[in-house]
Amino acid sequence: MEWTRKDLLSLYDLSAEEITFLLDTAEEFKKVSERNVKKVPALRGKTVVNLFVEPSTRTRVSFELAEQRLSADIVNMQASSSSLLKGETLLDTVRNIESLQVDLIVMRHSAPGAQAFIAKHLKCGVVNAGDGAHSHPTQALLDIFTMREKKGALKDLKVTIVGDILHSRVARSNMWGLLKLGAKVTLAGPSTLVPREFEAAGVRVCHNLKDAVQDADVVNLLRIQHERQSAGFFPSTGEYAKFFGLNRQNLRWMKPDVLVMHPGPINRDVELTSEVADGPNSVILEQVTNGLAVRMAVLFLVAGCVKK
Amino acid sequence: MSSFIFRNARVIDPVRKIDSRGDVGVIDGRIAEASEVRGGEVIDLGGKVLSPGFIDLHVHLRQPGNNMAETIASGTAAAAAGGFTSVVAMPNTNPPADTAGAIEFLRQTAAKKAVVRVLPCGCMTKGYAGEEMAGIGSLKAAGVVALSDDGRCIQDHALMRHVVEYAKSFNLPILDHCEDKCLAAGGVMHEGKWSVLLGMNGISGASEELMIARNIILARQIGWKIHMQHVSVKESVELLRNARAKGIPVTGEATPHHLTLTDECIKKYDTNYKMNPPLRSEEDRLALIAGVADGTITAIATDHAPHTMTAKMVEFDYAPFGIIGLETALPVSYGELVAKGVISLPKLVELFTAGPADILGFDDYSLAPGNPADLTVFDPEAKYTVDKEQFKSNSRNTPFDGWEVQCKTMLTMVGGKIVYNEL
Repeated sequence: MEWTRKDLLSLYDLSAEEITFLLDTAEEFKKVSERNVKKVPALRGKTVVNLFVEPSTRTRVSFELAEQRLSADIVNMQASSSSLLKGETLLDTVRNIESLQVDLIVMRHSAPGAQAFIAKHLKCGVVNAGDGAHSHPTQALLDIFTMREKKGALKDLKVTIVGDILHSRVARSNMWGLLKLGAKVTLAGPSTLVPREFEAAGVRVCHNLKDAVQDADVVNLLRIQHERQSAGFFPSTGEYAKFFGLNRQNLRWMKPDVLVMHPGPINRDVELTSEVADGPNSVILEQVTNGLAVRMAVLFLVAGCVKK
Repeated sequence: MSSFIFRNARVIDPVRKIDSRGDVGVIDGRIAEASEVRGGEVIDLGGKVLSPGFIDLHVHLRQPGNNMAETIASGTAAAAAGGFTSVVAMPNTNPPADTAGAIEFLRQTAAKKAVVRVLPCGCMTKGYAGEEMAGIGSLKAAGVVALSDDGRCIQDHALMRHVVEYAKSFNLPILDHCEDKCLAAGGVMHEGKWSVLLGMNGISGASEELMIARNIILARQIGWKIHMQHVSVKESVELLRNARAKGIPVTGEATPHHLTLTDECIKKYDTNYKMNPPLRSEEDRLALIAGVADGTITAIATDHAPHTMTAKMVEFDYAPFGIIGLETALPVSYGELVAKGVISLPKLVELFTAGPADILGFDDYSLAPGNPADLTVFDPEAKYTVDKEQFKSNSRNTPFDGWEVQCKTMLTMVGGKIVYNEL
């Protein structure tokens, strides 16, 4: 197939064919990072701006490395050092960036839809590096890439996502991507963080860990943020760990070859104990490695559709 | 003052239960028998509808404080273009209309600049902060027709009780924006399937339902009128229906946008779909329509809330709540309610005239001879495309731009003076 999108905003927008094409392309780019010389000239002469209106370390580093390995010229902008603090609107900021003849803007923002909003007004490409609780397409692609690498076909694969689903862009992006590829998705966690309304998307909602994970081929754990505790969504991280954390005991409920995943950063002894995080079922660090390949694929394909 | 004869009108006068062909006269700013008019201007309406002037219970004129978004001049020009002859001006201006002086400013400016009647509404609490009662007696003396903390809702039930009791003694109806702050905190859209799928913070329907229930209790206990602004959820309609059946003096209004649009519209992150209360679910929308049809909801009000393009051209989370509505209310409501056979045309006219007049406590808001000649002429057959660039409002924040609509304001007369004429 031919890739036709100048923006990557959400997996909800993509067809199964497009997602598969992205994953296939990522497989090729994964080989690049395994070489001695980890660099290809795919984006030589292209300029990418990483605009992080919401702070990030791992996603930003992963994007930066992906851009460098594609030989792009890059500029990093943080909200704290940008004009946004001086009262410039987001649209003015990105239009100024575009006027510097930039090819791609990789943006993270706390407001859902912020990337879709700017993409409508820009000719350069926009890659969503996370928008509020809405979408984080490259994280979902790297998760799905890892599942496909380990389990083969995604069709009918049973994937359970556990944690703060309500506030999670990772959960939403995984959900849409996996559903498009025919996987069976279960969302699990405390009832305050996993509303039943998600069922409208065609997933199973579950508030009991055992029910949620015992048949799963993949269990993807999401980071629990302390601020949700103070907002009254659950009583304590200790109680969370007791009812929804993975540990040596409840690993026995699961399939022996279950994949344990986590987008990081992990809270040891909250979402999972060290035995699980560092155990044979965990592919958490491989996810990080695959993130690079997936982001290279996304940047490469999207940059090819930016019209000059 | 000049005289007029409107010939060949379809006269719709809900208070007097008239819907018939006829002529209406105007002498010296007042309605008269056509046969009594001597030598006035004759306007042949060719069967177009002539009704009492429309009243909008819920308009933000933004002056003072945000003249770029709207002024008393531009907002009332928009009202005239929409067929409204009176607008109730919400007091959440900057500074707010919480003192007699602020009302005096509004009245003086309106006297110079307004083309339709501006009915001042005063704050219930100082600075509409929900903490201390405003000078309600002084506001009444300065000419307010009602009280509201619109945009905010008094959370302290004891304070609300005192405000309602006190307002009763000054014969001022309460217009309340019903919203429990805790349940709405941080929300930018309706809490439901779409907020969950889009990852947006929701404003639960319960936040409205809870305060409507509170207001029904206070209205019953105190025996005074509380009007629920922009009712948006199914359960609120049910509460109102039951309370009204018991004779509790509560009323409700619906906006054209809550009657026509739902939360699904927010998929595109267009901030012209962001308002408070938010667009609700399809189930809520249908319940609101049913409430209009069975008389639970007795007024259509626009919640005309102008914002500059700059204010709205931002991330959805950061955009201010509100859309304009004065110039689209009639055709949008007609399309949803009359064209689809939910209610009759006279019933629609009632929702824009006798309904709101009754909520404000006006007697005999009809075309009876002797009444002020506040008239609206519209053509229910006229089809056109909404073009926001043609609006008289200073603002353009509408979700209805480009809609193919039917039912057009043709002439608006206030006190015997033509203030809008497309005939």
